[in-house]
Amino acid sequence: MTFPLLCFYVFAAVTVAAALAVVSLKNPVHSVLMLVLAFFSAACVWILADAEFLAIALVVVYVGAVMVLFLFVVMMLDIDIAPLREGFARYLPLGIVVAAVMLAEMLGLIGVRAMHAAEPGVDPAAAHGLANTEWLGLALFNHFLLPFEVAAVILTVAIVAAVTLVLRPRRTLSQKQWPARQVQVEPSRRVRLVKMPSHKAGEEQP
Amino acid sequence: MTISMTLLLIIAFAPLAGAVVAGLLKQQIGRIGSQMAAIIGVAVSCALSFWVFYQLVWGGAPTFNADVYTWLEVGRFSLGVGFLVDRLTAMMLVVVTFVSLMVHIYTIGYMADDPGYQRFFSYIALFTFSMLMLVMANNFMQLFFGWEAVGLVSYLLIGFWFDRDSATYASLKAFLVNRVGDFGFILGIAAVLYAFGTLDYADVFAQAPQLAGHTITVVPGHPWSLATLICVLLFVGAMGKSAQVPLHVWLPDSMEGPTPISALIHAATMVTAGIFMVARMSPLFEMSPTALSLVLIIGATTALFMGLIGIVQYDIKRVIAYSTLSQLGYMTAALGVSAYAGGVYHLMTHAFFKALLFLGAGSVIIAMHHEQDMRYMGGLRKYMPITCVTMWLGSLALCAAPGFAGFFSKDAIIEAVGESHRFGAGYAYYCVLIAVFVTALYSFRLLYLTFHGSERFEVVGHGEGRVEDPHDEAQTHSDDPHHAHKPGELEHAPKESPWVVTVPLVVLAIPSVLIGWFTVGPALFRDWFGKAIEVLPENDVLGELGEHFHGASAMVLASFSHAPFWIALAGFAVATYVYLFNPAVAAWAAKAFKPLYLTLVNKYWFDKVYYAVFARGGVLLGRGLWRGGDAGVIDTGLVNGSAALAARIASWLRVVQSGYLYHYAFAMVVGVILLLGGFWLFQGVS
Amino acid sequence: MITLAHFIVLGTVLFCIAVAGLFINRKNIIVLMMCVELMLLAVNMNFIGFSRYLADPAGQVFVFFILTVAAAEAAIGLAIVTLLFRNRGSINVGDIDSMKG
Repeated sequence: MTFPLLCFYVFAAVTVAAALAVVSLKNPVHSVLMLVLAFFSAACVWILADAEFLAIALVVVYVGAVMVLFLFVVMMLDIDIAPLREGFARYLPLGIVVAAVMLAEMLGLIGVRAMHAAEPGVDPAAAHGLANTEWLGLALFNHFLLPFEVAAVILTVAIVAAVTLVLRPRRTLSQKQWPARQVQVEPSRRVRLVKMPSHKAGEEQP
Repeated sequence: MTISMTLLLIIAFAPLAGAVVAGLLKQQIGRIGSQMAAIIGVAVSCALSFWVFYQLVWGGAPTFNADVYTWLEVGRFSLGVGFLVDRLTAMMLVVVTFVSLMVHIYTIGYMADDPGYQRFFSYIALFTFSMLMLVMANNFMQLFFGWEAVGLVSYLLIGFWFDRDSATYASLKAFLVNRVGDFGFILGIAAVLYAFGTLDYADVFAQAPQLAGHTITVVPGHPWSLATLICVLLFVGAMGKSAQVPLHVWLPDSMEGPTPISALIHAATMVTAGIFMVARMSPLFEMSPTALSLVLIIGATTALFMGLIGIVQYDIKRVIAYSTLSQLGYMTAALGVSAYAGGVYHLMTHAFFKALLFLGAGSVIIAMHHEQDMRYMGGLRKYMPITCVTMWLGSLALCAAPGFAGFFSKDAIIEAVGESHRFGAGYAYYCVLIAVFVTALYSFRLLYLTFHGSERFEVVGHGEGRVEDPHDEAQTHSDDPHHAHKPGELEHAPKESPWVVTVPLVVLAIPSVLIGWFTVGPALFRDWFGKAIEVLPENDVLGELGEHFHGASAMVLASFSHAPFWIALAGFAVATYVYLFNPAVAAWAAKAFKPLYLTLVNKYWFDKVYYAVFARGGVLLGRGLWRGGDAGVIDTGLVNGSAALAARIASWLRVVQSGYLYHYAFAMVVGVILLLGGFWLFQGVS
Repeated sequence: MITLAHFIVLGTVLFCIAVAGLFINRKNIIVLMMCVELMLLAVNMNFIGFSRYLADPAGQVFVFFILTVAAAEAAIGLAIVTLLFRNRGSINVGDIDSMKG
């Protein structure tokens, strides 16, 4: 049991525990926070795999932006918690069964035992005398430039889409005029004639 | 001299032109114009027909056979219009155009009050054209065209008063029964085409002798003689057109049409088309003794049994209609013993006296204000002497009184049938002999009931004070008692009909009396028809009779020693006794022989059987196919069923679309699990 | 030492937990989305593992893109959830069945 291996087990355990907590906690805010924890520990695992850049990217982008967004939404929506728990006990067995079957299949298929024997080999980044970030950057901008640009477009589109979906134009604060409406207005909707008995000035009012 | 094609074209198409003008230009030319157009067309045709006849018989012109117009050609086989004019054709031309002309003139008087006046003239001129095309044809296709056309015009004319249900039914009945015959006819034409490869008369007749011994296998394992098949099928067509048993049922009902057409179509011309066709096809029929026996038996049966029905009819036109059926039977029987000339000769004489009888009946009907029931007539000879005398002459001709036209033709047939040794000739001989008695009985019964005895009608004057305007075309005189008079009550006393009616009667009476004297020798015994009719020597009964023939007067004198004369005399005596002196006997006979009487009144139940079996059967079949087939299988099963099936399958499949996200996700996950399992299991399989 | 198998197993376990979470949480759409994020995390784990052990940068590049796309998808998904809540008043997945056939 080397030190990295021990670290790996610790961080992996934390990740799994956090994931379990995500799906089973009552309070959605708690769930989101547990998800944050899962991502953190996953980042630690990635550092163990010599993927430092992505680990930090995970924390900065994912946790820092996406999870915060989740938290915003969860807190913004006034969620009624009670009815949400109704189906939990009912579907738990089914969920467990499906997950177990899937786990067994995937592990069996991938041939875990065979891979157990494989040697890790040398850190490829270091092999080239580069840091992980440089190594990744070189690959990204030399061989995967187009997907990179496309990813940028995807992000732009996502922004536009999200804003469009949720935008509620506020008529009340805008000073916009509708000339067509102004012209179409009916006098009966603006002026009301009231008949009043007349009396001279100074007389008592009835 | 030779006959020119132009002449023949004018003969054929002049009536057509008259019909078209009379029919389509009704508004422009008015009643007189239509009538003149039709009459001029037919008169031209008649005059030219006589001229052609003269050319052929006395002018020594050769037989004319040429194609006028080729309609289509398929390989070696072509269809077209062509004319064949030999003595047989010429005789038919004369008969058809002459009788047609008489009927046209008669119509001026008979249909004077009818709003459909112009239409009528158009139709009868059209009929004349159709009949002329039929008799002048030189190939089977044109024959069939004429055949169908006369059937069509007959339908139009029987149903002329189309607002009457009975007329509509009668016209449909005529057309449908004819259709049955035509079905056999066209099969026969197809058989001719199959056997000879051509439809041209000349080619077919030239090849006819080679038919002997050929067979055709329609039903596997049972070869039939090809000649017999062809002739039987062609004869089926003749049975329909010439109203032989069992396709005779349409003729009595055709009396629903106006009397002029009963005379023209159902006495003189259309019904004789069948006889003409068999005579024309004599080279073919001679090849099949079986077919000729069939012809003989059917003809003789028709002659006797239809005549019997005539004895119990009260409608004056029906008696004459059944008489026509009976005489057609005689003609057919003559054809059956290979005495083709005899059949055709009787056709000619019959045309004259039967047309005369019908027109005379029409004259009586006019006088009786369209009352046709003889029970309400009687004693009319005081009022209508000309009609009475001409009807007597016609009836005497019909009964073959010696010397009259009918005598020569009818007695020749009876003797020919007696001479023949063909299968069925014995039966036929007795039939035709008994039919002589029957003919005399119903003919004189008609005369006595109509013209003699006491008057069974009374003149009551104008019943309801309504003024009759004979020029008012809105008041249709139909063959129903009109103005709600009871039968037997007349408004005016009967009087003789106008000259346009009586002159044709007289003109037709002359040949009915005289023509036999001049023509019997050449027609029957001196091979007048020449190549037109072919008789094999072993069948030539007329030839045998001809050896005993010594001239017309000798034939008349000889008749007194032959059976038919005495049989006819017996019929005359019975009729005179019963209907002139002792009418009670008739009523007693009807009661005493009730089953026989009922059978005759019901026309041997032919109509009832046909209605029950074919008409109702057809309706049931149609209804069954409609409910079961159309509504059941197609509508409910296929159309609605496929829609319902699609809906049902969709409703099963719809369950999958629950709308819930997690169901879809679940489905996806399950799919992935299955995929993984598949990969895992079949890892080794490449 | 840490072998490839470790990474794979970790990724698989995370994935299966997320799948279970999909089925269990029928009522809460937020948790559903979080399960999807977990699945993406599991896949990323796999990629990182393979990239390390096959010495190919393509794996890490792909993780890069998955991160991008996951972020975009989360944003839009949450926008939709917001709209849904605005219109329906609840985030109960069981109520969203207007696509029912």
